[in-house]
Amino acid sequence: MTKPMLKMTAAFADVMPAEYVELVQSGPFGKGYGVADLGSFKELIEEHPLCAGCGLALAVRLIMASLPSPEDTVVVGSTGCSSLAFPQIALQNIHSLFGNQNAVATGLKRALTLRFPDKHKDVLVVAGDGATADIGLDMVLHSWFRGEKLATIMLDNEAYANTGGQESGMSPEGCVLNMAPTGKKFKKIALPEIARESGCAYVASVTPVQPRKLEKAVRRAILVAREVGPTYVQIFVPCPTNYKFKPQETLVKAKQKEKDQTYPLREFITPEAQSYLAAIEGGGKRD
Amino acid sequence: MPEQRVVTPEFLFTEAAREELFITGSEAVREAVRRGNVDMAISYPITPQSESMHLVGDIYAEGYVKDYYRGENEFAVMSSVAGAAMGGVRVFTATGGPGTMRALEMFPTWVGARLPIVCAFFTRGINSPLTIQPDTIEMAHMLDTGMIMLHAEDAQDLYDMILKAFIIAEQTEVHIPVGVFADGFFVTHTRDRVRVASPDLKLPPYKPYSAPVPVIDMENVPFRQMRDPFVMKSNYVSYAAHASWQQEVLAAAERARPFIRKYLGGLIEVENEHADILVLAGGTAVCQGREAIAMAREEGIEAGLIKIKSVRPFPSDELRALTANAKAVIVPEFNRVGWLSREVRNVVQNPDCVVPGPRVFGGMTMPPDLILAEIRRYARD
Repeated sequence: MTKPMLKMTAAFADVMPAEYVELVQSGPFGKGYGVADLGSFKELIEEHPLCAGCGLALAVRLIMASLPSPEDTVVVGSTGCSSLAFPQIALQNIHSLFGNQNAVATGLKRALTLRFPDKHKDVLVVAGDGATADIGLDMVLHSWFRGEKLATIMLDNEAYANTGGQESGMSPEGCVLNMAPTGKKFKKIALPEIARESGCAYVASVTPVQPRKLEKAVRRAILVAREVGPTYVQIFVPCPTNYKFKPQETLVKAKQKEKDQTYPLREFITPEAQSYLAAIEGGGKRD
Repeated sequence: MPEQRVVTPEFLFTEAAREELFITGSEAVREAVRRGNVDMAISYPITPQSESMHLVGDIYAEGYVKDYYRGENEFAVMSSVAGAAMGGVRVFTATGGPGTMRALEMFPTWVGARLPIVCAFFTRGINSPLTIQPDTIEMAHMLDTGMIMLHAEDAQDLYDMILKAFIIAEQTEVHIPVGVFADGFFVTHTRDRVRVASPDLKLPPYKPYSAPVPVIDMENVPFRQMRDPFVMKSNYVSYAAHASWQQEVLAAAERARPFIRKYLGGLIEVENEHADILVLAGGTAVCQGREAIAMAREEGIEAGLIKIKSVRPFPSDELRALTANAKAVIVPEFNRVGWLSREVRNVVQNPDCVVPGPRVFGGMTMPPDLILAEIRRYARD
């Protein structure tokens, strides 16, 4: 990788933090690594302060390993559990306020398009279900309506987990959580369908149970956002702390919901995005 | 659109030949942005600001601004301009009244993130029953956001202050947002003579890497970098990080003083400064103050006028010196709460000399006679 910012001045090598040196020497920048290469390169996420068994932490790790061009990717996050993980990633990223991530990303993407007209600068929005479907919904939707070339990823733990497990719009109906003491009174928001109808060229819902499938959805979302239009990926990230199960059961819970279709996996692709993906993936085959 | 030539700020502000236009305050905003080499402008309609941002849209269509769109609400717009500024472009927006309040959560974060955004605020009432009438009360809510706050008296000030705001905001040692405030309707909707530089001149472009913080573009170090990070651990290091950064942001506003003096000629303007009765005002109240001291002079009463151009940073030292021997400092205001008189009382040596009024609000105009009555009262004492 020859990008100047990813080089290190030799004279400073002995005083640089060890994980920085590792990133420069064996990080994923410009290497085209993916989820299958995990374990063989220095990952973008260093450590995180999230709970044992956190599904969200696993998803962030997989997302970071799925980026098509990490050396030209910036992330916009929001308040919530994920905002505790993002200070730990080796990409330039923004935490602004709660819910304004798609508005911030809109300005950032347009600015980078003005400054680097001949380069893809991937702007990836990664935020929780409260930030995406509740407090920030208008800004998420309007970024889609406007056709902003952003990839939006929701880390859906079905609650406001960072504030102690309150009901969100993405919590399942009937679920007893804080602020829903007698059970949630309305259905989980159908954001993938809303995304499809709101201008997203590519929509997927996945879980970390199948890392390669998650990787594929994230890559497709980022690639389609470069050329076609907005994209949305919703990742189910079970929360052992607030849904009160053992940390080692996170993937079991996700698998169970996949199996009984209480967390249906979907993929919506517009014809335009489909032909673009067919051109870059070769033959248009998809699983 | 004519081919524009980049000139130095000093040339554009002082040396360039100017022509006189008879235009509204909103049109003065357009003329400033036209010469501002602005990369992006984002708009959202609200009376009395709407027309100025329509007009910025018009010059975007002509090619003077590189990107422009209408956002979904003021909070979103202020978020989007933050994203644009973090991406390293010069960005402009405007709002006013309830729009300011709607977006309020963003303003302290602009400052903390060291974003050199220039935002015009066209002030109006924010109370219930709903009003669209002129009122400067929103400025009271903005005083402690950390932003630089300039207050325009008229359309000429508005034109000059917006252009100069970019240059003040973008100094590396400052690099915080500037709000240029003007009294809605009185300035935005009335026509006035405004002297402007030729439209084929423009400011130098913003240099993103002159920022004192990394630009979010993955082209500058460090790449392990979060803007506006969560620093919320309950330990001393976390508290110290917050405390030192907040002080640094305050210090950045203090470091703006010499640039405000250089480009605006001072944080205040003074007429007849040795009088022991002084009228002190900001915005359009300055006009009525000026008229009142002229009327007083006809009656043989000497009174002076202090125009506050910079509300943040506040001209504390200047006011302390000017009011040292004052018998009365009369502070006429277009709001109910009298935030400017509070500010003045906090800095002068003798707070009792501050006369907190007259005040008008609810859309009323300020008859100079109200100010004159106060001048007469203190002249008799």
